[in-house]
Amino acid sequence: MATICVADLAVKYGTKQALHGVSLEVHRHEVLALIGPSGCGKSTLLRALNRMNELLPGVRQSGAITLEGERIDSMDVVDLRRRVGMVFQRSNPFAKSIFENVAYGLRIAGLNDQTELDRRVEESLTQAALWDEVKDRLQDSALALSGGQQQRLCIARALAIRPEVVLMDEPASALDPIATAHIEDLIGALKRHVTIVIVTHNMQQAARVSDRTAFLYMGELVETGPTQVLFNTPVQPRTRDYVSGKFG
Amino acid sequence: MSGVTRQRVGRVFEALSGAAVALLLLALLAVLVDVLRDATALSWRFFLSAPGGSPAEGGIFPAIVGTAVLTLLMTVLVMPLGVAAAVYLQEYAPPRALPARLARAAVHHLAGVPSIVYGLFGLGFFVHAVGRALDGATGHQLKWGQPGLLWAAATLAVLTLPTVIVATEEALRSVPQELRAASLALGATRAQTLARVVLPAAGPGILTAAVLAVSRGAGEVAPVLLTGVASWLPDLPDSLSSQFMHLGFHAYVLATQSPDVDASRAALSGTVAALLVVTFLLNLLAIVLRGRLRRTAEGL
Repeated sequence: MATICVADLAVKYGTKQALHGVSLEVHRHEVLALIGPSGCGKSTLLRALNRMNELLPGVRQSGAITLEGERIDSMDVVDLRRRVGMVFQRSNPFAKSIFENVAYGLRIAGLNDQTELDRRVEESLTQAALWDEVKDRLQDSALALSGGQQQRLCIARALAIRPEVVLMDEPASALDPIATAHIEDLIGALKRHVTIVIVTHNMQQAARVSDRTAFLYMGELVETGPTQVLFNTPVQPRTRDYVSGKFG
Repeated sequence: MSGVTRQRVGRVFEALSGAAVALLLLALLAVLVDVLRDATALSWRFFLSAPGGSPAEGGIFPAIVGTAVLTLLMTVLVMPLGVAAAVYLQEYAPPRALPARLARAAVHHLAGVPSIVYGLFGLGFFVHAVGRALDGATGHQLKWGQPGLLWAAATLAVLTLPTVIVATEEALRSVPQELRAASLALGATRAQTLARVVLPAAGPGILTAAVLAVSRGAGEVAPVLLTGVASWLPDLPDSLSSQFMHLGFHAYVLATQSPDVDASRAALSGTVAALLVVTFLLNLLAIVLRGRLRRTAEGL
């Protein structure tokens, strides 16, 4: 069974239709890339999966999204977001220590046992491939880290509450090539633990990190398929034009 | 506009803004010189003793204590209320909904009301309405239903409330939206996000609001005139219902009510100097606190 199932999702911001009738499945422990030109609705689709669109005024949504068979719109939003974590385009660590950033989600969930916190923080930082760089300065400000380290810290923060799915909204778009390579390696390693949906405008990145790719264009889902197939032998002419660089 | 004209306009603006700063510094200097010229009164004895029989005699200790206690009490009253109102307007109220718009309009108009009007309001509302009701309820003959420290502080709190709300809203607005999103995406509720992320990040800005309130409140005389100040009271206030002396009002008394203006000139200078120092120290306290908070807000 699919981990996430999106059926006929339509999203409107005020009078602007951002998504028209999108249906899509996300499989367990895969990396699904959402690609498409700016304004195609890929971020809107991503943010629908943990109900972050609700924070914007004037958003209306129809259709059904289920997580492990349960409709997310009838779930408690706090529970949903604990199960479906998110990493943002710009790294956004809190102005707290490295340790407290990673422990944040655990603390608000009511975990206060120091031994367990230590264990979970180390586990998450290790998964995010940041432990060796920060283990001697966990009490330093997170804002003192480099941009790439901050983004891996945000990934560790999302992983600490052991989500089933992690949503990534162009997680490497503000990073240099080396930091980007780090994040891409990390995504490959993380899919053993979690299901990942990643939005990217970088087609090479989608080709490198994802198992399957969905191409969106002007609010419609044009084509979904195994990444190699979608890039090499796309079915739809619009997909072919986009992946070959004719527009975008 | 040609390049030369643009440069010339730029230079004119630079000169004008420089002149404005110079004028400000001159004004400050003039006040200081004027105050310190008659500085013979500036002795520890003057600052630490009670007033004597006539305004020109004795010290101003009760007025210093009265001003400091009044201002601190005002801050304690205004900050929770102002911060709560700003949090509601900025974090909870839908921005274009009627309650928020009415509240914002009220805040901005209240900021322009003359301070004597606040004094009349304090007398009518706090002293007569609330105070007498309190006396009735507690069985006192006349304790709360007359002007006193608490009502003067409450009146000043109402006066400085718009300042605190506007400055706190500004501090909350400057907290990046991404931090709120990050917290919510980790399964935090709005209240948790507010308490653990937004308010700590806005902390230094909120203390700036306190600094502004103290600056405004410590120097106001008109509102306390009707709500609790006494012109001659050698005893220190010993309860929230006590009347008290106030440096600003004492300066007014020395300047206008003294039978011998020349004799009281030294005391007047000393009083004004003390008012400036008390205001400065209260501000300094808030600024030191803000510095501490800022280091915390940077995660250190």
